Amino acid sequence: MRKITWALAATAMTFAITVGSVQASTLEEVQKRGVLNCGVSTGLPGFSIADEKGVWAGIDVDGCKAVAAATLGDVKKIKYVPLNAKERFTALQSGEVDVLVRGTTWTLTRDSSLGLNFAGVNYYDGQGFLVSKKLGVKSALELGGAAVCIQGGTTSEMNLADYFKVNNMKYEAVVFDTHDATLKAFENGRCDVLTSDQSQLYGLRTHLPKPEDAFVLPEVISKEPLGPVVRQGDDAWLNIVKWTFNAMIEAEELGLTSANIDKMKADSKAPAVRRLVGLEGIAGKGLGLSNDWAYNIVKQVGNYGEVFDRNVGAGSPLNISRGLNALWSKGGIMYAPPLR
Amino acid sequence: MSKSSKKQFWWNNAQYRSLFFQVLLVAMVAGFFWFIGSNTLHNLEKRGISTGFAFLSQKSGFGILQSLIPFTDADSFGRTFLVGLLNTLLVSALGIVFATIIGFTMGVARLSNNWLIAKIATVYVEIFRNIPLLLQIFFWYFAVLRALPSPRQSWSAGEVAFVNIRGLYLPQPLLGDGFGFVTWTFVLAIVATVVISRWAKKRQEQTGQQFKLGRTAFGLIVGLPLLVFFAVGAPLSWDIPALQGFNFRGGMTIIPELTALLIALSVYTATFIAEAVRSGILAVNSGQTEAASALGLHRTKVLKLVVIPQALRVIIPQLTSQYLNLVKNSSLATAIGYPDLVAVFAGTTLNQTGQAIEIIAMTMGVYLTISLLISGIMNWYNNKTMLVER
Repeated sequence: MRKITWALAATAMTFAITVGSVQASTLEEVQKRGVLNCGVSTGLPGFSIADEKGVWAGIDVDGCKAVAAATLGDVKKIKYVPLNAKERFTALQSGEVDVLVRGTTWTLTRDSSLGLNFAGVNYYDGQGFLVSKKLGVKSALELGGAAVCIQGGTTSEMNLADYFKVNNMKYEAVVFDTHDATLKAFENGRCDVLTSDQSQLYGLRTHLPKPEDAFVLPEVISKEPLGPVVRQGDDAWLNIVKWTFNAMIEAEELGLTSANIDKMKADSKAPAVRRLVGLEGIAGKGLGLSNDWAYNIVKQVGNYGEVFDRNVGAGSPLNISRGLNALWSKGGIMYAPPLR
Repeated sequence: MSKSSKKQFWWNNAQYRSLFFQVLLVAMVAGFFWFIGSNTLHNLEKRGISTGFAFLSQKSGFGILQSLIPFTDADSFGRTFLVGLLNTLLVSALGIVFATIIGFTMGVARLSNNWLIAKIATVYVEIFRNIPLLLQIFFWYFAVLRALPSPRQSWSAGEVAFVNIRGLYLPQPLLGDGFGFVTWTFVLAIVATVVISRWAKKRQEQTGQQFKLGRTAFGLIVGLPLLVFFAVGAPLSWDIPALQGFNFRGGMTIIPELTALLIALSVYTATFIAEAVRSGILAVNSGQTEAASALGLHRTKVLKLVVIPQALRVIIPQLTSQYLNLVKNSSLATAIGYPDLVAVFAGTTLNQTGQAIEIIAMTMGVYLTISLLISGIMNWYNNKTMLVER
């Protein structure tokens, strides 16, 4: 009899605990844990890729670092969780990662029906085609009947179908799980074309044995605003991630770099600069962060321009021009609301 | 007597007590699942994740490489489920056939008196049994891909069948009017053969007279439909694949993903089947064989009437497990781009709709159903081959 009472009590307890547990805020959770769990890709040059020593780098990785700098004050306190396209949303929904910075396209369906929120755009991209020079094709409109290698579970898969349908062409989609497998199949000649976001194509191309034998066709067949994603229902956390990225753009506008920010913090009298480094204005109060949150981002990670150049721009093997990703004042569409 | 019965509480009665605990247990289990279910639904709703099965009728909007039923990107997600399911069934069914053939051959070969054959079989089993299946799938896929020429340098067989890196292109039969007669004759011929073989067996049991079934069956199953075929005017033409643009159009295509997956699954599973077969044959006491020989039975008869029926009793349960493994392992297809249920439905469809719980539940349900069906059929067969005790 005693045993039963014990079992009943235990069951009741489990119920009570599970029902009673209120979801702690993501910020509190991250700060208590002391580590940011950040979802990145399984390996995409320029965006998120680990080198042979296991050190992660890329524009998306720098996004993770910026969030860690803002919330924990240290870019090293990150656990990178490599996710393929299929796993990414489930990992975020279930709380395995706190933020997903993984070249994820912002779409209506994803924003409205997955229980997720997009916190901005860290790269404006568009879908393109990588073909081998041997094929002798100059335009995507000549691709009728081609076999196309593609990564599954991406918007690319849908855009591809749309594009070929609109142009009345047939195609054969060979769908893989990871970038690696997709590229390998293309390399072996399984497909005529590899399709993905253009930035990824440039990155993947550098991994071909002979990158000069392949080139990216001029057509861009879709809009792909790639950005960081968080779980729906924690607005404070959404704000933090959103303003982390805004701060990087704002820093570029103000000419603040990781190299000069200490000097600017000490010397500058410009109110906008003083607001960003946390000497004036609301600073970190509204976000629930320390006053030097934005200073930490710029000091430890850099402004948006630095991050772009280092990972995918002129300072990298990918050598992608800024294009749409230049500041609004320089012909692009990168624009941050005022930090005040 | 009346005093003691008054004192006896219901929990002192073993029957009531055990009933009480069973009801309690069932209630707790049911309560647990109800709690999990309602909690999940509540959380999904709170987080704004859509639920339900309405997505099955939404337009899919993506292409699938191989489909046994007509499929375009205008079809629904429900149809992608069917396409994926059929592709899984295709590779599983073919895999089971090939694995069984290779497995039985290798199992018997390992017991061969010929040193070379026995050793080759041993080496085969030990190598392929001990390498992870996923690696083997990658190996076959990239080995197959590297070995094959590009579409413009295709290998051809008599200019009607072609092989290149995109697949094997075969002429497709186009059935004309009246071909239905041929099919029906074929079906009838098979039924007739079964009936005749039963009659022959019965007659042999009763009278000892043997009946040459082979020739009759050949005449019925092959000859008769051929006669009908020509009688209705040979209503059959061929759609021959031809090089056009990037690749061959027309005809039938067998994609390299299917080939690679099929080789990997059958070669891997066959090693286990080979061991099962070997153990089955070794389990038959050599005295049985000797006794049968002593009765003057021919070697093939000894095998057919004495060894195999007894060996099967040992082989079949293991064979069932291997068939189940093969079906479940076929879900590794997703690694090399073969559009099976996991790749198409639990992969692309899941990602486009985001409804993980429904889709994974459906996918698990499918594998469970297939596995239970296979094991049901194999259990029935097992019961048939078991010792009949009189």
